[in-house]
Amino acid sequence: MLNILVCIKQVIDPEMPSSAFSINTSSKKVEEPDGIPPVINGFCENAVEAALRIKDVSDANITILSIGNKFVTEVMKKPLSMGADELILIEGPEFENLDPLSTVNVLRAAIQKLGSFDLILCGRQASDWDNALVPLGLSEMLDFPCITIGQKIEIVDQGLIVQRTLSNGYEIVESSLPALVTVTNELGDPRYPNLKGIMAASRKIPTIWNSKDLDLDLETLIPKLKLIDLKIPITDKQCEIIEGGDDEETGRNLALKLREAKLI
Amino acid sequence: MANILLFGEVSDKEISSITYELISAANKLKFNEDDKIVVALLSEVIPESYENLFSYGAETVCLVKNELLSRSNTDAFIIASKEVFDKFNPEIVLFAKTDLGRDVAPRLAFKLGVPVAQDCIDLGIDQDTKKVMVTRPVYGGSAIATLVFEDVETQIVIVRPKVFEPITPTENSKGEVVELNIELDEKLIKTKFIEEVVKESEGIPLESAKVVVAGGRGLGDAKNFDLLRELAEILGGAVGASRAVCDAGWLDHEYQVGLTGKTITPDLYITVGISGASQHMAGCSSSKNIVAINKDPNANIFNSANYGVVGDWNAILPAFLEAVRELN
Repeated sequence: MLNILVCIKQVIDPEMPSSAFSINTSSKKVEEPDGIPPVINGFCENAVEAALRIKDVSDANITILSIGNKFVTEVMKKPLSMGADELILIEGPEFENLDPLSTVNVLRAAIQKLGSFDLILCGRQASDWDNALVPLGLSEMLDFPCITIGQKIEIVDQGLIVQRTLSNGYEIVESSLPALVTVTNELGDPRYPNLKGIMAASRKIPTIWNSKDLDLDLETLIPKLKLIDLKIPITDKQCEIIEGGDDEETGRNLALKLREAKLI
Repeated sequence: MANILLFGEVSDKEISSITYELISAANKLKFNEDDKIVVALLSEVIPESYENLFSYGAETVCLVKNELLSRSNTDAFIIASKEVFDKFNPEIVLFAKTDLGRDVAPRLAFKLGVPVAQDCIDLGIDQDTKKVMVTRPVYGGSAIATLVFEDVETQIVIVRPKVFEPITPTENSKGEVVELNIELDEKLIKTKFIEEVVKESEGIPLESAKVVVAGGRGLGDAKNFDLLRELAEILGGAVGASRAVCDAGWLDHEYQVGLTGKTITPDLYITVGISGASQHMAGCSSSKNIVAINKDPNANIFNSANYGVVGDWNAILPAFLEAVRELN
């Protein structure tokens, strides 16, 4: 049986209206918006979907792993209702401001405790810090082959074949297992949980670990790249709204305006 | 004296422009007069034009030629870049956020156990700590973060393309050339390249187009992009799209503008039915002029646009197109 690990992240909903986006300047953190629950990072859901597509056609066990603080259990259980088998949450205030180096160290400690995996899947990047660093670091620490930005993953014999999205198309690469692959939205939308999945997930209890369970030295979790300022960018652009008697006239006026500005 | 090492890139047997951009970025990090900029070129082919790099500000050029250093062999680049790193022992290392750089830089950083600053749009030296300070967009561009390296031996920075302008070259500058022979064992390459499928978008490439006409979910249907194609053709430009359009399959992902798509810097960017989510703006905010056509007056796109039209594109666009045709 193929043992698959999917690493996911809980993030502030990136689809929230920009008016709800605010920063606490003293803590240098993005405020959790009122009444808008967090979500699983979109690319991480694509990674869960990639794992499920493998499970659809072969014998596989899917473990979901996440590190964070203040998890919303209902949100984090979504992969279980989609069809994943287990959920491990590493939770605590000490995990609030982890930098990628520390995140990788915590993930590695958790993976060592969990046993061995044939395939690790991650989202290509997270919608909060857009770093795209943790999966690459994890592959390096585990000495796994690393394939980034996968849009199609196939298990063959003892290895895998991956289509990687490139800016002008895609390329096909192969590697042996175990391996780590990061997944992009080009893979396709994650499936909706069905009733059976939701029922099954409601009976599953996530395993929750803290830093003591993983025997972590908290001293090593201090960021080596220090955040000194976080602010909302100010756009100084003034938008000139083009008017007209009706939409057709406005369209013509726009053309005249752009010609006047020598843009067309 | 400290070395600032930057990894240039070669594409289509030419030195790619990002290399010159990285030299400009490195110039901002020279703290002492004798800090040295080292440009490394790792490739299966070394273009003869590498001597031009001195005119752009390189002091040392390190050439590593090996047939395994083709773009798809990330593993080969990791091994070779580590050897180049060991040779020059730099305090600062710069990579570009390209298909190659975004894979190689983080893995080299983790191999060395040092932090890496991703997607930087501004760089400087913190006057107190003498460490690198970077500015970068986060939360898909909704926020801007400033970070400074703590007391670490090596600072690795990944620079966003098209942010730093190459300098005007000085004539006939000379410098030191170091040719490094690196043995690469094919067995160390863990991921094997099989084939590349190039899907060139029709017409002018998005990244180099002076005019880009892009549509969003607001266009409602794939066939409505015909109007945008027509407009792009008249203006000598290219067609782009938001991620929602590509995810819906109306256009291939090669047309996607945004954080995880293409970064464009046209003189004129015309958007139709694009709300302007920060993830989209991350790919087009450096456009010189943005025109927005959207029915929602509160759409975020109007915060970044120079000219805006609030209304139904169904009526506005054909009239605009007709008028543009007449004016041309």
